[in-house]
Amino acid sequence: METVEQIRDRLLARFPGATVEVRSNPSPSGQHSLLLGAATAREIAQFLRDDPALRLDQCSNVTGVDWPEKEVVETTKTTVPDPAGGPAKVVEQKSRRLEPGCLEVVYHLYSIALRHGPLVLRLRTGNRTDQVTLPSLTPVWRACEFQEREVFDLFGVRFEGHPDLRRILMWDGFQDHPMRRDYVEPDDYEWEPTPHGAVLAKAKRHYPAPAPAAKP
Amino acid sequence: MSAPDSSFLAPPAGSQVRAVHDEFHGDLLEVSMGPHHPSTHGVFRMIVTLDGETIVKLKPVFGYLHRNHEKLGENTSYLASMPYTDRLDYLNSMTNNWAYALAVERLAGLAVPARAEYLRVILAELTRLLNHSCLAGFLLQDCGCSGTPLMYAFREREKILDLFESLSGSRMMCNFQRFGGCRVDPSADWLAGVQQLTDGYGAFLDEFEALLTGNEIFMARTQGVGRLAAPLAISAGVTGPVLRASGVAHDLRKVDGYGAYPQFDFRVPLGDHGDTYDRYMVRILEMRESIQILRQALARLPDGPIMDPKAKLRGFRPKAGEAYGRIEGPKGEIGFYLISDGSPNPYRYRVRPPSFINLTILEDLCLGHTVADAVIILGSVDIVLGEVDR
Repeated sequence: METVEQIRDRLLARFPGATVEVRSNPSPSGQHSLLLGAATAREIAQFLRDDPALRLDQCSNVTGVDWPEKEVVETTKTTVPDPAGGPAKVVEQKSRRLEPGCLEVVYHLYSIALRHGPLVLRLRTGNRTDQVTLPSLTPVWRACEFQEREVFDLFGVRFEGHPDLRRILMWDGFQDHPMRRDYVEPDDYEWEPTPHGAVLAKAKRHYPAPAPAAKP
Repeated sequence: MSAPDSSFLAPPAGSQVRAVHDEFHGDLLEVSMGPHHPSTHGVFRMIVTLDGETIVKLKPVFGYLHRNHEKLGENTSYLASMPYTDRLDYLNSMTNNWAYALAVERLAGLAVPARAEYLRVILAELTRLLNHSCLAGFLLQDCGCSGTPLMYAFREREKILDLFESLSGSRMMCNFQRFGGCRVDPSADWLAGVQQLTDGYGAFLDEFEALLTGNEIFMARTQGVGRLAAPLAISAGVTGPVLRASGVAHDLRKVDGYGAYPQFDFRVPLGDHGDTYDRYMVRILEMRESIQILRQALARLPDGPIMDPKAKLRGFRPKAGEAYGRIEGPKGEIGFYLISDGSPNPYRYRVRPPSFINLTILEDLCLGHTVADAVIILGSVDIVLGEVDR
């Protein structure tokens, strides 16, 4: 198979204006990935499936990754000349910056016909709260149908163009998305006939003890 | 003789009762099969819409065993997830272990000694024998062949489980593979036991096939039922024997050539029609190939260490990066996708469950067939709910 850089160059030539970036992977596995812009993702996916040199006809694995907001501390060093004419001083300045979070959907593509792969595609949402819509790739590979439902269920990514976007593992009335990093489990789902330890502490938090009755 | 009195069948005079077939004529009927239906192999539910007895719509419902396995994996260390992988597909713990170990080895760049690779092949092929025997037994049970084939299959399965128990200490939850090797080195007695089982398994398959493969009722029930076309199978990500029964030559043991498989001589059986009978037959033929692989592996098992001396079990921290590793499990491609951020726990731990993804095409297979056929189609797809629900 061509390298990811070659595929990126071909995609950019074929789809001018599309966003295609290479994300390198430092691990010994060497599975680098392509980060696609959401706007052209479906056309690119179709091209990857039908292109005679790639023919990525099998979408093996679809999954989500949650990247929450994180605080990045950056240290900048500036050299300040001494007005008295002495040696210049180096001043360190720390700046804190909030890196925005996103939800990422990862697709692992293989070719059964040409026996190569994987090509890893990544799509990213705008943020983790209100811009969580991405194009569904189910029209391109049927294999995405249940797996995208799972990503919707556990991560909360909405797939536009999915034929049947419902919860798949959690029940329909469930509210939250359990695979997010900041998911807090409800404190009353664990029940023990003889509660002790962590379970008892949780139950106390959930059912606070009644206030002691006023003395007569 | 006088005609039998049928006046008691007529509705009482003046009543509004009508015959049932008038009442429902042309209506669709929604039936919920499961989650406690005995044919669904666990807690699995199919919402089936019927026109008469013909299925016009089928929606699988699952998640009853969901315990968020992936979150558990993210909250424990790499090694501590190994016994959890046993619980995914509880028939095939050895191959689950191998797939996870392979993904971690890719992530951290660990090598595996030759003896450990051979042991993995031996254990994976024993697992394949076990899984396919059980599947054939369950499928026949679903066809209404109550008890006998399943008990024959379980008799053989028990022999393999005895071997697993004497090697790993546990029948089903083996927890045997490690990153960079295996946990224990088998004794000569154990290897002799595997040799004995391998030598006898062909006779069991002959007996099983003599009773079932040419059975007229079995053929009538399964041939032409639940056909899966190759293009749909590829697009839907179907893997394993279900894909090969549709005639697609795709076996990761050949395609990826992972482990020691390139050193073995074996064939990949393919189906012709993609129906339930072919899915049964492909598995039977795969078992015969597994016996060949086992013979070769036992004859050529090299000596040496079973663990990479550089591998580190406690305090294992792979460098930041990601890896996807997959192997050919008995049910299809089982893969693990791991993202490491350099900490002792994986940042992201994802299981690619073959039976979950193979269920995508369940509705397509069942449309136009009867309820009784849906039961055997589900049986031939071969799911384990521990893995579907995770």
